[in-house]
Amino acid sequence: MNSVGEACTELKREYDQCFNRWFAEKFLKGDRSGDPCTESFRKYQRCVQKAIKEKDIPIDGVEFMGPNKDKPES
Amino acid sequence: MGRYFHSEVDIKSPWHQVLAAFWQRYPNPYSAHVLTEDVLYREVTPSNHLLSRRLLTKTNRLPGWAERVFPTHMARAVYVLEDSIVDPDRHTLTTKTWNLNHNTLMTVVERCSFEEDHSRPLWTKLRREAWISSAVYGLARPIQEFGLSRFKSNQAKAMRGLEYALSKIQTEAPPNLHGDQGESSEKHKPLPPQATPTSTQKPKQFV
Repeated sequence: MNSVGEACTELKREYDQCFNRWFAEKFLKGDRSGDPCTESFRKYQRCVQKAIKEKDIPIDGVEFMGPNKDKPES
Repeated sequence: MGRYFHSEVDIKSPWHQVLAAFWQRYPNPYSAHVLTEDVLYREVTPSNHLLSRRLLTKTNRLPGWAERVFPTHMARAVYVLEDSIVDPDRHTLTTKTWNLNHNTLMTVVERCSFEEDHSRPLWTKLRREAWISSAVYGLARPIQEFGLSRFKSNQAKAMRGLEYALSKIQTEAPPNLHGDQGESSEKHKPLPPQATPTSTQKPKQFV
């Protein structure tokens, strides 16, 4: 899958591979021994955050879990 | 004002595979309208929840009449944020997805909740809700109707895409992924993914 930053797709792929392995083999199994993906994530983010700024994508200051509406809690 | 969508689906796969498939579902044969995917943020909280934020860009397909009314909107893809929380102890995934641009035209907010079916632990329940609204003076109603119709079509594709990712994972799965179910790995065959709709909305597009 392509990154929004064309130059970042390979870095994204490396990070995704690391994350998917860690997620299934460590995180979901309760292994809290730490995150092997911090370096690949850092490299990937340096690239993609730059692309986001260049393309003016409005992600700044958006609250986690986003717009709150009054909805019944499921 | 606004339109509301709600569905419940039973997925015939265990929750840990559904969650793995959730991260790996792009690209798939049903996601041609999804142009890019990026993780912008990840954090494991002190309470061991995994928080993530993904940015997706999608094509903005409008019906002909809307294209004529809103020609400038056609030029820009839709930016969509997907925030999510995985609770690995309660076996749940909660997501919230909404568009960052084209909001005057239409805003779609979707909330999904995946959880292990406690009565059938090899199944996963997916509950999906969406709120579709438009602020365009005089055209809000037809725009919302179009939005609801497109949402139904997109979420059917999303289910197929998730099933596609699930079957890839299950054919690749090493035996030890099933070890936590108390069976020896040799006896346990991977389950074929199947989504059995128990939808209250009776959508015709469901597999």
